[in-house]
Amino acid sequence: MIEFHLDRGSGVATYLQLVHQVRHALRLGALRPGDRLPTAKEVVAQLTINPNTVLKAYRELEREDLVVGRPGLGTFVERSLGETSMSDRVRLRAELVQWVRNGRQAGLGQEDMQALIATVLGDTFREEIA
Amino acid sequence: MTAPAALEATGLGRRYRRTWALRDCSVAVPSGRVAALVGPNGAGKTTLLHLAVGMLAPTTGEVRIFGRPVRESMERIAFLAQSKPLYAGFRVAEMLRFGRELNPRWDDAAARRRLAELGIPLERRVGGLSGGQRTQVALTVALAKRPDLLVLDEPLADLDPLARDDVMRGLMAAVAETGLTVLLSSHVVSELEGVCDWLVVVNGGRVQVSGDIDELVAGHRLLTGPAETADALAARLPVISRGGAGRQATLLVRDATPPLDPRWTARPVNLEETVLAYLRAPDQATLPRPSLASAR
Repeated sequence: MIEFHLDRGSGVATYLQLVHQVRHALRLGALRPGDRLPTAKEVVAQLTINPNTVLKAYRELEREDLVVGRPGLGTFVERSLGETSMSDRVRLRAELVQWVRNGRQAGLGQEDMQALIATVLGDTFREEIA
Repeated sequence: MTAPAALEATGLGRRYRRTWALRDCSVAVPSGRVAALVGPNGAGKTTLLHLAVGMLAPTTGEVRIFGRPVRESMERIAFLAQSKPLYAGFRVAEMLRFGRELNPRWDDAAARRRLAELGIPLERRVGGLSGGQRTQVALTVALAKRPDLLVLDEPLADLDPLARDDVMRGLMAAVAETGLTVLLSSHVVSELEGVCDWLVVVNGGRVQVSGDIDELVAGHRLLTGPAETADALAARLPVISRGGAGRQATLLVRDATPPLDPRWTARPVNLEETVLAYLRAPDQATLPRPSLASAR
């Protein structure tokens, strides 16, 4: 069973924090198909959080077909999140290395690049959820 | 047709002699929400709550509770006043008997179960309890009335951080069990994140913001960039607050799209930053419905 935690004041909506934590657990294999997610009541007992927010997170996960709600029984993991294949990882890493080299040639330092990556990740991610 | 709002105020106003404590207030809290009422001291929060629970008669306008006038809805509302109206000389059990005799919908078993879980002895006198325990007893009494709408005026004021968390957790558990609608006032905005899902901001006797918290927060961002281009950007976007020093400017804007100008960076804001920006800019016209603001 997954145990949620909250980063209050992070600016990331609470329900999205829960969604991210489930996705993360699926990626790591900490949650597997068939596992039950805690009920809203169980989450509330452990974390001071609005039960509506838990239900909103579960609806979002259901919309992504990651979990399925079975009335009276609970919410269950439907599928795991496919880990990217080894060859994809190797290719993406090589592309990133090339990008960092280009950045250094353009005069960017490590912090510049980190800021740029963070911005692009943030923007792309927000466009997806908007 | 959608269900009627748990609370709907239209054109609500209350005047004390020459002074309007609350004016032209139109606001709704949908059923099942946990709503926060936020505003500076003297903004009209308590007046709005007292009008909502029928303790005060409005000078103008009206309040409807689940679609019916307040007068006809009294047994569906429970109110926890800031002063936590408990009698210090009473034992906890006597508070329960008091509640049982006054309330036809009283759930004595649930009240006793709740107090047992909290470890609050029934034979203890209310005056001998800690602040957190007193609040829990008052909350237990309010919940035992089995209200559909629970209104709390500053329930967390004068509690230590641990007691605050315990009280809030108890409240959230009640919401999970019964699906009741909650309206609570507070001026500690940072504590509402993750707990409340609906926000009403009153400022200077008027409603400034009302809407879903996730939509509201996601619809705002903080932009940082070169000061000389700030005016041009501000002309295109609704700016709530403006800051910065020297060549750098910061704008808190009601806009969720990334800035086109690469010299500007955007970062998400949290609930507290958003609320403070509005409170510091009382002229910022009442928020258009956040759903419209974020649909651009």
